[in-house]
Order: sequence, then structure tokens, then C-alpha cells
Amino acid sequence: MNGIEAITLGASAGGVSALLSLFHALPQDFQIPLLCVLHLPDGRHSQLAEVFSRRLGRPVCEAQDKQAVAPGLIYFAGPGYHLSVERDRSFSLSQEERVFFSRPSIDFLFASAADAYGPALLGVLLTGANEDGARGLAQIKHLGGHTIIQDPREAQVATMPKAALALHRPDYILPLSGIGQLLAKLEYSTC
Amino acid sequence: MTIERNTDIEIRLLIEAIYLKYSYDFRDYSGASIKRRVLHAVRQFGCTTISALQERVLHDPGMFMQLLQFLTIPVSEMFRDPEYFLALRQEVVPLLRTWPSLKVWIAGCSTGEEVYSMAILLREEGLLERTIIYATDINPSSLEKAKQGIYSLQNMHTYAENYRKAGGLRDFSEYYTSAYGNAILDSSLRDNVTFADHSLATDSVFSETQLICCRNVLIYFNKTLQDRAFGLFHESLCHRGFLLLGSKETVDFSAYADRFQVLVKPARIYRKS
Repeated sequence: MNGIEAITLGASAGGVSALLSLFHALPQDFQIPLLCVLHLPDGRHSQLAEVFSRRLGRPVCEAQDKQAVAPGLIYFAGPGYHLSVERDRSFSLSQEERVFFSRPSIDFLFASAADAYGPALLGVLLTGANEDGARGLAQIKHLGGHTIIQDPREAQVATMPKAALALHRPDYILPLSGIGQLLAKLEYSTC
Repeated sequence: MTIERNTDIEIRLLIEAIYLKYSYDFRDYSGASIKRRVLHAVRQFGCTTISALQERVLHDPGMFMQLLQFLTIPVSEMFRDPEYFLALRQEVVPLLRTWPSLKVWIAGCSTGEEVYSMAILLREEGLLERTIIYATDINPSSLEKAKQGIYSLQNMHTYAENYRKAGGLRDFSEYYTSAYGNAILDSSLRDNVTFADHSLATDSVFSETQLICCRNVLIYFNKTLQDRAFGLFHESLCHRGFLLLGSKETVDFSAYADRFQVLVKPARIYRKS
């Protein structure tokens, strides 16, 4: 797996601890931008970026409309808006209908990032209690990108990984520790 | 490396066809969202390809009006983001009082919830009688709903809660009458409202204004079109006029970043500098 320029990650139930443990496994100077959608209950102002930034001791931010995706950063989708990546690799927000009762939607981020990055994208789908993300992950694969699904036997809630496995065959099915090791070895390049 | 796949080509052709035929300009809308909405419309209309949809849209204006309902996103509620309306009431209204008459432009008013919210707030602050509100949108169906001011009764509970959090001074139910599962808003709220078809993509400024409210519209534009819209707002606003954006929108990444000052950051209230 070479030439990865961005990694998209999706999770819902059990996602906070899964993502924290995954990010802890990455070197502090990890350069590939990490773009995350984590479902949270509605109406709650998301403190995700602050929480993750404090726990990880590295820059984590809520993705802003029209902001360019930059290396070395972890981005989270804010609450109440879908997050997409445009072809010029900047973020855009929208308020289309919910997908699997969720806004932000993992499918929307994954599919738009697949258009923006093609083979230079790695998609990772983790624990969760609904089927969001399955189609987006398959779309990443379809456009030449790479995919990893958390081993459903390990996932806190297996619905999301299982739904994704039912749609396509990923490059890897791994426990969190394995995903962490694999990501940590990736070299960042922009060509 | 850019491989323009069929879908991308077809979307560009459709958008171009719409522009040439109907003068609706979606060419500088954010691509990811437009793509999803076009594909959604293709499925809803039972077309096999985007090209098939294009053929129907090009030859049937009625079909275009139906497609327009998919291309625009009428997500709105009354007193949406109550903290924004509270900030408007507390921070902006005292300054609005200094003008003898007011012109307010609600750009991208959709089905009108924002218009009536603004009218209620201004009436409670004693300003509505000396205000003209211009409520504009590109979607004629949305504008028609906005003019009627009839909303589902089911939503009123949420709106009343928003209204209360937004510093509402009265009982929200005083502003509507219920009939057949609908809430019919007090028609006197729109006595000073002019509803009009206006596009931020193709039209120009029509009036000087003291306050412009354009919330959750600019997120659907790319930077070029955002800059055009900010240009119109800057031109329309009087000296020290107010610009109110959606909770995730900002002038920061635009060419007009240094021409507006932040008045209330979390509420996205700016002032022409």
C-alpha cells in the first residue's frame, strides 16, 4: 500500500475508544491527514476535537467548510452537517437528508473522498450499530482506493463492520492493534 | 491524475444544459453535494442515466421544476440555532434601533421559516413597522410556501422550544392558528415582507440594506461563487451594516475576509468594516 494521501475513518457505537486507541498507535509526526466521521447523539455540541486533542496531545480539529485538507492533522465532522471532500481537496458541508438517521454520514464522506483521492485513499470502517459506511467503503474500493474493516469479532458493536463485509471484500480485516501497526508504517507522499 | 468518468461528464453537461436553457446557474456549486443530488434525482425519476434525465429536463420545463426541488435543499426551521437569535436580539437589535428605517435581506429564504422568525423578533423589539424585509430564493415552489406561511403543526413544539431559548417574549402559540394539522402563521407578520426570485449566482444587488441574513446557503457554493455572494452582500450593506451567516459559515476563507469584522463569533454575526 503506497502513495496514500488521505485516510478516512468511520465509526459509531464504541467509536470514541476505538479511534483513541487507534490514534495512540500512530507516531506523533504522522503526516497523512485523518478524516473522521463519528456518529454522536443529536443536539449535543460536539467536543470531539477538543477531547481528542487533549487525549492525544496532537492537533485535532473540526473540519470547516472550504478549508483545505492539510497534512499532519486529524479532522472530525462536526454535528448536524454532512462532511464531504471536494475535488480540490477542500472540505464542504451540507444539510441534505440524513443517511441511516445520521448527519454527518460516513457514506457521504467516504464516497466524496473516493472521488477526490481515487487510488490515493485508504478507508477504515470500525465498530458501529448501523449500516452507514458500507456503501462508501465499497465506493473507495471501486475507485481504486484501499479498504480496511475492523474485525467484527473484536468490534464493540459488529453491525457496521458486518454490513461493510456483506458489500465488498476489503484489503484487510484486522483488529484495532493490527490497523494501528499497518497505518503507522505508511509513508506519506504527495505526488 | 484526473480521470473524468462518465458520471462527471454527464453532470457537467446537465448543469450546463440547465444554465443554457433555464438560466439557473449551478456551475459553481460544491461538486460533492451536487453529484449526490443529481444521482438521487436520477433514481427518483426512474432514469437509467444522467444523460436520460438531461434529455427530459431539456425538453420539458415542468421536469426542470421538479428537478429543481432536488437541486435545492429546503432544510429549515423557525428560530433554528436559538443562540444565534438570542445574540441577534441582544447584540444587534440595540444597534438597529439607531436607524430610522430598516431594510433587511434574507437571501436564500427557502420555505420562509427564517423570514417569520425574523419578523416575530423585530415585532417584539418594536422594529417591524419601520422595516422592509426582502425574502429571496431561486426556487419558486419554496417562495410560494414562504408566502403562504403554513407549516406542519407537528413542528410547532420544536419551534416553540427554539423560540423560548431564543429569548422569545410571548407565548409562541399567539403567532399562529391551527387548522387541519397545520399551523397558519399570523399573516400580519408578512405585511412588510417582499418575496422575490433572486439568484446569488446570476443576479445583482437590488437595494441598500442594513442587515443581511444568509444562513446555510453559502456552504453549497464553491469559493468562486461564495466570493460573488460576499461581493453582493458587501455592496448592498450600508456602512456598518450586519451580515448574519449559518453556524458553520465564515468569511474567513473568502476574498472578503478583511472587509467584515466579527461582532459575535459563535453566532456568526459580522459587521461591514
